[in-house]
Amino acid sequence: MTQVLLIFLPVVCALLIPLLFKKLPSIHTGWFVLLVPASLAVYYATFVTKLENHGPYTSTFHWVKSLDLSFTSYIDGLSLLFSLLITGIGALVVLYSIFYLDKNKEQLHNFYFYLLMFMTAMLGVVQSDHLISLYLFWELTSISSFLLIGYWYNRDKSRFGALKSMMITVFGGLMMLGGFLLVANMGDTYSIRDLVAQAPTLASSPYFVLALVLILLGAFTKSAQFPFYIWLPDAMEAPTPVSAYLHSATMVKAGIYLVARLTPIFAISEYWIWLVLGSGLITLFWGSFFALKQTDLKGILAFSTVSQLGLIMSMLGAAAISLHVDGGSSAIFKFAAFAAIFHLINHATFKGSLFMIAGIVDHETGTRDIRKLGGLMSLMPISFTVAAIGSLSMAGLPPFNGFLSKELFFTSMLALKEFTLFNFDTWGAIIPIIAWVASVFTFAYCLYFLYNTFIAKSDYKELPKKPHEAPFGMLISPIILASFVVIIFFIPNIIGKYFVKPAVLAIQPQLYRSASEIDITVKAFHGFKSTELWMTIAVVIVGFILFSTMKKWRKIYTLVPEKWSFNHLYDQLMLAADVGSKKLSNLYMTGAIRHYLMYMFACIVALVVTTLFLKDGFKFSFAHTAKIGIFEVAIVIVLIVGTLTVLLAKSRLTAIIALGAVGYSVALFFIIFNAPDLALTQLVIETVSVALFLLAFYHLPKRYRIEERMPFKINNFLIALGVGIMVTLLALSAQSQKLIPSISQYYKDTVFTEAGGGNIVNVILVDYRGFDTLFEITVLSIAGMAIIGMIKLRLSRKEKKSHENE
Amino acid sequence: MEVLMAFVIGFLFMAAVYLILSKSILRIIIGTGLLSHGAHLLILTMGGLTNDAPPVLAEGAKNMADPLPQALILTAIVISFGVTAFFLVLAYRAYQELGTDNIDELRGKLKDD
Repeated sequence: MTQVLLIFLPVVCALLIPLLFKKLPSIHTGWFVLLVPASLAVYYATFVTKLENHGPYTSTFHWVKSLDLSFTSYIDGLSLLFSLLITGIGALVVLYSIFYLDKNKEQLHNFYFYLLMFMTAMLGVVQSDHLISLYLFWELTSISSFLLIGYWYNRDKSRFGALKSMMITVFGGLMMLGGFLLVANMGDTYSIRDLVAQAPTLASSPYFVLALVLILLGAFTKSAQFPFYIWLPDAMEAPTPVSAYLHSATMVKAGIYLVARLTPIFAISEYWIWLVLGSGLITLFWGSFFALKQTDLKGILAFSTVSQLGLIMSMLGAAAISLHVDGGSSAIFKFAAFAAIFHLINHATFKGSLFMIAGIVDHETGTRDIRKLGGLMSLMPISFTVAAIGSLSMAGLPPFNGFLSKELFFTSMLALKEFTLFNFDTWGAIIPIIAWVASVFTFAYCLYFLYNTFIAKSDYKELPKKPHEAPFGMLISPIILASFVVIIFFIPNIIGKYFVKPAVLAIQPQLYRSASEIDITVKAFHGFKSTELWMTIAVVIVGFILFSTMKKWRKIYTLVPEKWSFNHLYDQLMLAADVGSKKLSNLYMTGAIRHYLMYMFACIVALVVTTLFLKDGFKFSFAHTAKIGIFEVAIVIVLIVGTLTVLLAKSRLTAIIALGAVGYSVALFFIIFNAPDLALTQLVIETVSVALFLLAFYHLPKRYRIEERMPFKINNFLIALGVGIMVTLLALSAQSQKLIPSISQYYKDTVFTEAGGGNIVNVILVDYRGFDTLFEITVLSIAGMAIIGMIKLRLSRKEKKSHENE
Repeated sequence: MEVLMAFVIGFLFMAAVYLILSKSILRIIIGTGLLSHGAHLLILTMGGLTNDAPPVLAEGAKNMADPLPQALILTAIVISFGVTAFFLVLAYRAYQELGTDNIDELRGKLKDD
């Protein structure tokens, strides 16, 4: 129970933030905030050793029992690793932000509120065992990320970036919800653990592949995979602590987490393997290729994040293969899961530190444009050292942790060559090549980042600020992260034992019974015979050549016009949705009542006539019809002539009088068909109505008095004809198929005995069905009052005048 | 007789709809008047047309016309009268205030057009 509530600790603490910000302005609010992630990190760290003996920790808070909704916190190796990353890096980022954001100039209460909200959301995503609560937290990360990217909301670019990330991640989130519901339906449970347990049977469901694709859409949009990566570079408008935290270490790994968490369920399908592996590889290459095009420091880092996420994703794809192979070669694919998690840790360390350095450079020089920067090495030695460690680790050089994970990556990609299932025999061979080329580009952009910022010659006087080393407080967090980069290189197996293996157990529960069973050790040096080593050496050489000749080949980026980019496609889609929907609604929302009436009548006719046909409504029988007498025919002729006169009259006066004639002939019908009360009422009311019509006619504006015949319009006529035919058909059909006799016999029998009256119609009106009459009286009185109101009240004119006087 | 009435009612509906689709408010109201006539006759016809006596007990006739549709129509007549009266005064006020009878001219213009 406490474990679940701890997920909500950050957001509950966040409620105090505005208070602290307003009441204690002398202390930077960040210091109070720092306590939350730091204490949570310490708390989760205690789980590391406990988990080995105890197994996963579960705690449930029932939310809506009748709908089977609950918040379930399930802490196993994978959740724990992510929780530690979230709280640990969260603490470092808060520390960094204390020095980065000025307490007098910035709206810190907003910033830290959003950040703590995000922390809750992220902890919820990684600890949830319940699919719906996972989705809730997932969307909360989208929302808090939206708020954080748009933190400087008076800048256009921030708002654009925030909106773009929101649109794309929420699109993916909704798709994912669809996938979740399908899976929950297949397995009849919302619990991921229970679904994993019944994984083999789920695959037989016809919706399995659909659910798989929908869930992957969610994961790919969140983790900025190809082609959904476009929001991430635009999200760089966020303050740098946010970029470091959300857009490198935590939120973008939510998709990775989801893929890893659901691998036991979906890995059985070849679609999963191909989609995860394929999109990972494309993203890896695409991101690393376009990182070299960027001129903004954070832009380079954004594309490198995209690329590295692709790398992790591709290894998860390879890890999924381990289900399909036995024997010796399966070891390598087991290895891939280990490599993915290991690189995930490594990436969080070096990318976090690089973002913080980019923020420091921005803070101290006033620009992030790499064309203006250069030569900061001597001025900012500590930042340079941290940046060098981070970049070289990202490039995959020893003695940094990136080297180890890159070697592992090559090993697992090379193994794909040998795999023969699912068409891998045709495509498997090119996978290591793509991976290698991407690594070359990765190496090149790491050099590009490092060299052009710190080493290349430049004129400092051009810079907006005079550069100098950052305050020590700002450097603490990047130094801690960079030291992890180095430490992990030397103790990879300790990290492996405590952090990676328990997480691997969660990804591949079918293969192992406990984390200690996993016998994978990371070696820094494989010997000179290993292909991986030579691949790395080749990466260094080719990457160096690529970087040094960059000026010559950089033109290829301009070969493909901007029009063909995904950003352009996104912009066009947004524009088309906006303009298109406006056009569409302008097309039919003309503002003319006549058009709306035409739609309505046409639809009524179409629906009724179709239903009559489909339900076989045409069964005409004329067995019970009355005879046609001479009077009736005469009245029918009067009525038709009257109606025609209304239609064809030049003068509206004639039309009004003809309407009166129609009304009186209806009264005559009532007489003929034995309805004396109706005839009386109809006569009186028709008279009054005609008088009212004449009143309205008398007040008609002068310019409309010029009489003209109603112009004939074929569309109107066709619709009117349709309605007429429909009513006739309905009447004939209903007349011919009377299924039950009238209830009126009861009224006839009891009108005197029960109600004491002789006029059955009147007794029905005031006795049997008196309520109708009551409300009919109400209708009349309301109409009367409304008429008085309309004539007497002249509010609008008075208002107009008073406005004019002002 | 019912068959003939069905055609008459169809004709009334057709004329009413045609008038409702016209541009002049007065003609639209005339159209609604015809529409309610059509509807009332439809109720009466569907109740069954007979040449029996009116539904009044005092006359002692054996076969009486069905009283229920008549009660329904009576209610409907009064309600449609109320609505028509309101509608007419509305039209009268619209002429007074806006000086037009043409519903096409009563359209509010969209700001961004």
